[in-house]
Amino acid sequence: MSDVVEKTLTALPSLLSLDSQPGAGKLSVTSKLGSLIRGITELTSKHEEEKLIKKELAAIKEHVSSPNTTLRQMKEIMVRAIYCEMLGFEASFCYIHAIKLAQQGSMFEKRVGYLAVSLFLREGHDLLLLLVNTVLKDLQSTNLIEVCMALTVVSQIFPKDMIPAVLPLVEDKLTHSKEIIRRKAVLALYKFYLMAPNQVQHIHDKFRRALCDKDPGVMTASLHIYLQMIKESPENYKELAGSFVVILKQVVSGKLPADFSYHSVPAPWLQMQLLRILALLGKEDQRTSEIMYEVLDESLRRAEINHNITYAILYECVKTVYTIHPKSELLEKAAKCIGKFVLSPKINLKYLGLKALTYVVQQDPNLALQHQMTIIECLDHPDPIIKRETLELLYRITNAQNVTVIVEKMLDFLRHSRDEYTVIGLVGKVAELAEKYAPDNSWFVQTMNAVFSLGGDAMQPDITNNFLRLLAEGFDNAEEDRQLRLLAVDSYLSLLGGEAASLPQPFLQIISWVLGEYSYLKVGQDPTDVLARLGALLERHDITTETRCWVLAAMGKLCTTDGALRRAREVAHQYSACLDTALRQQAMELELLGQDAPLRHRVLPHDASCEDLEVDSSLSFLDGFVSEALALGAAPYKPPHQRQEELSQHKALNFEPYGPSLPASLSACSLTDRQSPTAMSLSSGISGNSTEQMQKASSNTLKLDGVKKVWGKEGYLPQKEATEEAPPPVASSAPTPSCQQGGAEHTQLAVSSAGEEEQEKRQLAATLFVGLGSQNSLCLMGKPDAAPKRIWRRQRPDQEALDGGSRPPVSSVDDTLDGLFDDAVPDSALLYSLDGPSVPQSCLDGGGEAAGGSLDAGMEPALALSPGDAPGSLLPPALLALPRSDMEALCSDGTLSVCACKVYQRDALLLALFLSNACDLPLEELSCDVTSEEAKVTDGYTTAASISLLAGRGVAVVLHHLVMELPSSQAVVAVRVSYRPGAGAPTQQAVSLSLSLADFIRPLPVSTEEYGRLWLSFSNDVKQNLRLLADSEDPLAATLAALKDKLRLHIVDIIGAEGIVACQLVPGQPCLLHCHAHGGTLTAWLRSPLPTLPDCLLYHCQKAIEES
Amino acid sequence: MKMRFLLLFSRQGKLRLQKWFTPLVERERKKVVRDMTLMVLGRPPRSCNFLHWKDLKVVYKRYASLYFCCGLDDKDNELLALEVLHRYVELLDKYFGNVCELDIIFNFEKAYFILDEFLMGGEVQETSKVTVAKSIEASDMLQETMEEYMSKPAF
Repeated sequence: MSDVVEKTLTALPSLLSLDSQPGAGKLSVTSKLGSLIRGITELTSKHEEEKLIKKELAAIKEHVSSPNTTLRQMKEIMVRAIYCEMLGFEASFCYIHAIKLAQQGSMFEKRVGYLAVSLFLREGHDLLLLLVNTVLKDLQSTNLIEVCMALTVVSQIFPKDMIPAVLPLVEDKLTHSKEIIRRKAVLALYKFYLMAPNQVQHIHDKFRRALCDKDPGVMTASLHIYLQMIKESPENYKELAGSFVVILKQVVSGKLPADFSYHSVPAPWLQMQLLRILALLGKEDQRTSEIMYEVLDESLRRAEINHNITYAILYECVKTVYTIHPKSELLEKAAKCIGKFVLSPKINLKYLGLKALTYVVQQDPNLALQHQMTIIECLDHPDPIIKRETLELLYRITNAQNVTVIVEKMLDFLRHSRDEYTVIGLVGKVAELAEKYAPDNSWFVQTMNAVFSLGGDAMQPDITNNFLRLLAEGFDNAEEDRQLRLLAVDSYLSLLGGEAASLPQPFLQIISWVLGEYSYLKVGQDPTDVLARLGALLERHDITTETRCWVLAAMGKLCTTDGALRRAREVAHQYSACLDTALRQQAMELELLGQDAPLRHRVLPHDASCEDLEVDSSLSFLDGFVSEALALGAAPYKPPHQRQEELSQHKALNFEPYGPSLPASLSACSLTDRQSPTAMSLSSGISGNSTEQMQKASSNTLKLDGVKKVWGKEGYLPQKEATEEAPPPVASSAPTPSCQQGGAEHTQLAVSSAGEEEQEKRQLAATLFVGLGSQNSLCLMGKPDAAPKRIWRRQRPDQEALDGGSRPPVSSVDDTLDGLFDDAVPDSALLYSLDGPSVPQSCLDGGGEAAGGSLDAGMEPALALSPGDAPGSLLPPALLALPRSDMEALCSDGTLSVCACKVYQRDALLLALFLSNACDLPLEELSCDVTSEEAKVTDGYTTAASISLLAGRGVAVVLHHLVMELPSSQAVVAVRVSYRPGAGAPTQQAVSLSLSLADFIRPLPVSTEEYGRLWLSFSNDVKQNLRLLADSEDPLAATLAALKDKLRLHIVDIIGAEGIVACQLVPGQPCLLHCHAHGGTLTAWLRSPLPTLPDCLLYHCQKAIEES
Repeated sequence: MKMRFLLLFSRQGKLRLQKWFTPLVERERKKVVRDMTLMVLGRPPRSCNFLHWKDLKVVYKRYASLYFCCGLDDKDNELLALEVLHRYVELLDKYFGNVCELDIIFNFEKAYFILDEFLMGGEVQETSKVTVAKSIEASDMLQETMEEYMSKPAF
């Protein structure tokens, strides 16, 4: 491996032979580790072992801290410490010494030191920072072994923020002459890629060189990175499919050195990796799939040796064949393979066969039919793992005919299963099947009873929620509904009768609710009796407070007879002094509702749990109370943010959370990690207004780094989230006044992003809570303002950016632009249609809400357009004033050509697509569809515009607003245009267009003070050194100007060697940049409320500077 | 194939080697070790080598008195993982010469070094047996020879 080693090896052959007998015998008799291990094995009790290890650790502790301990001894001590840790005893006092050993030791000690570090320290451990220097030194070492060790440790554990420090050195190693170094360097970069993808983005072409490395080991290593990258965006790597196919072909036909064979199968790990990559590339892509059919066929054919590793490859191959665009011949062969697996007597293969069947059965249900007997056998297999996998398969092929059998099998398995995780998963599946395919009502009720009793307390809440909703909402048939409810009531009454059964809490809650709501359906059932049975539940000690609340709520609905009322009163009385507030409230309500029958009928009507209650969310019934209080001199109500604002203006007590700030002693201007840049520029005492800021900053000297934020401006944070998640009780009621001001889009935004499932849940919750009145205090309190609150939170980033609603000074240019836009668009008599509240009526809001609008689609008859043409003539006049990119030709098929132009609107990126008809004949049914995963297109992730007719030689312009909600360094936009030429068949063109993050960056006009305040409120930061543009008088200003040019940033201020810059990612996510120039470098420090934005933006800054 | 963890333990449930490829807090690690030993040791002979644990797939194999056990993602190829374990055993065998549990108990740091050459961050790093053995020996021999060469008493 290394020349040094080789020399040593040849020089000392006799000594080497001593080492050719390794193993236990080699351990010297005097070795302390040896005696420790032997000592432990001789012990019989756990207690004695603990005593011995404690003693050992004490000895180690004494040794490590003694200055006389040599490095050699230290190495031996480390090994013992590792051993103690493995036995489960912490030896944290050794950690620092492990790092020291890696730092100071010569090669042997260093290796043990590195090993100890990688075993002792977890990701994110503070001590890891101390490792950076050692790694740096070793990476630069001329000794190959040291370099190897450093690369190994880097790929095992390394602090994320320090990656930039070692990155250039690791990159260098990609061109090292030894393949082992190159390989390790590639793997280290892979690790970096996983930790912080944006930081290694600039070395993509080096990855490509690694892929073409002459050493197969290095090439294999690079595939890890490619697999990861392709997983993220397969469309970017389609052109590599051919190369991967060629490599696989060579491997399969045995072109690699024999070294790489494993049990005479050529490079199985490499094959596997390639098959996976091909599956990703060929998925839903016929053209790419076609390239790989041949090699897949070959792989299936070649894998014939009877060995596990060939089966592993076969399995992967089958999966690939079923993932890519189908080819019947290959599918047939793959199906045969699956058959071989399933029928194999080897249990591992059978398992894999079942797994493969599960994977493919949706595409090819016949395959399951072929093997039905084997599957039945597997159901009774003694190994529960096989059984479970079989059930998984059955779950996929369930239909209305076989549901009873399959569910029976599943419940059977559940009865014998003890693993909670399995139970929860399977119970969900049974419930789903029962809901979907239940043959009749009584089966459904019985099955759900089984589900609830087997599911236990940890069952997923949506199972119970779905069940209750089903009961409450019913089907179309009223008689059917009545029967189902009655069945449920019957079975629950009998369940409660049998006392022995201790049912899980969720089940008891369901029982209470159903009995409360529907027991009246049972003719001749005395409510007193039902109430008594429920009351018996309360006597039990094993039911939770939450369940008690449900029971009490049910009682409230049942006190229709005197007997029931009496019993209910007793219960209410018993709990009215209860310590738990929710329960006490429930008791109070029970008491009140019992007394006041008309009120009860109003609040808890029969069989109306799904009806919406009218809720006066503006609390107008309190108006009298409020005006009375005001008349008596009470202060008018102010919303919390207003109060906060006033408080900070009055310099009264500070209720703000302590921001991370300067220690008091820091006036000397030494930089600590989280020091605020405002404070820094302030300490040079420039702006007069900001002294106040500094006082504030330096008075809050609590160090809060790493302290979990529990209390924030708005109070207890987790709790707030909880309130937010609690479904608003009246989701379906009309929007409350407080959210109507420009809030319509917001509701839409919130709803559309919440997804359908969420919506369902909410709806269910709504029905539930209406029926139950008020289930607990949280819900009651949340009622009036739950909906506005959600919306208010959505606005928060903007609000924060603009500091509690105070408007930033808007430059006059922007004002004019806004004016232009506002007036011009509706006035322009062109065919631009405007739908939705599209005009960014107030760009001051940071653009967040205006993004919901869309200038949808329009067309304009115009002259033929060539890519070089100025788009100006075709764009709506309102857009002409805005900065825009050059026109870019996207695709053309002779009939229709598509060009694109990016217009940088304040609050969105406007993508203008010019569809020009190159023929004289008109095109019909022209439609244009734009989708993107990273960016949001108008008010959905896709939008389609259709134009019924495009005249010959005409041009249509389609406009799409794009915003980026989650930062990513680039956004790929797929454009699909379809049309029908006058007489011909419909045709489609598809092309993708990649947008950079920079396209979504806009200046954020803030003042220095606002900047300072914002800086403190953002928590995600990244720091890195960039190159300064050296060739001008004022390098800092020149560099910032270059950044401003390229990325449209706003330079807030330049003070001496420091500059502050602000920008926002549309729609309105701020990011602040603080730069400090010294020597030839620019230390850039970015902060934002979004965790990934600084990372992504930094990458673009880097690129912008390199290009300048 | 991304391995989450690799554990070696004896038939008595004594941990012999542990390697974690994804960060876990101490408490979770202990839980994993406890659950693994319980589950794996409780399996009857000649049953399937794959198990489920939470959302992970567990692949284990017994070699003499030692159990080799690793955790992977549900989507990963279990058979391949089984071969990774086998390859590791082969490497240990080549290094120690007919490896037995005692070799690993007393020279566990060597077992770690071999593992580090073979797997890096949970991925198979070197698929060629010869190369792994060579690189281990290269750094190892140097160590041993120099020690002998300097012929100092250990303590």
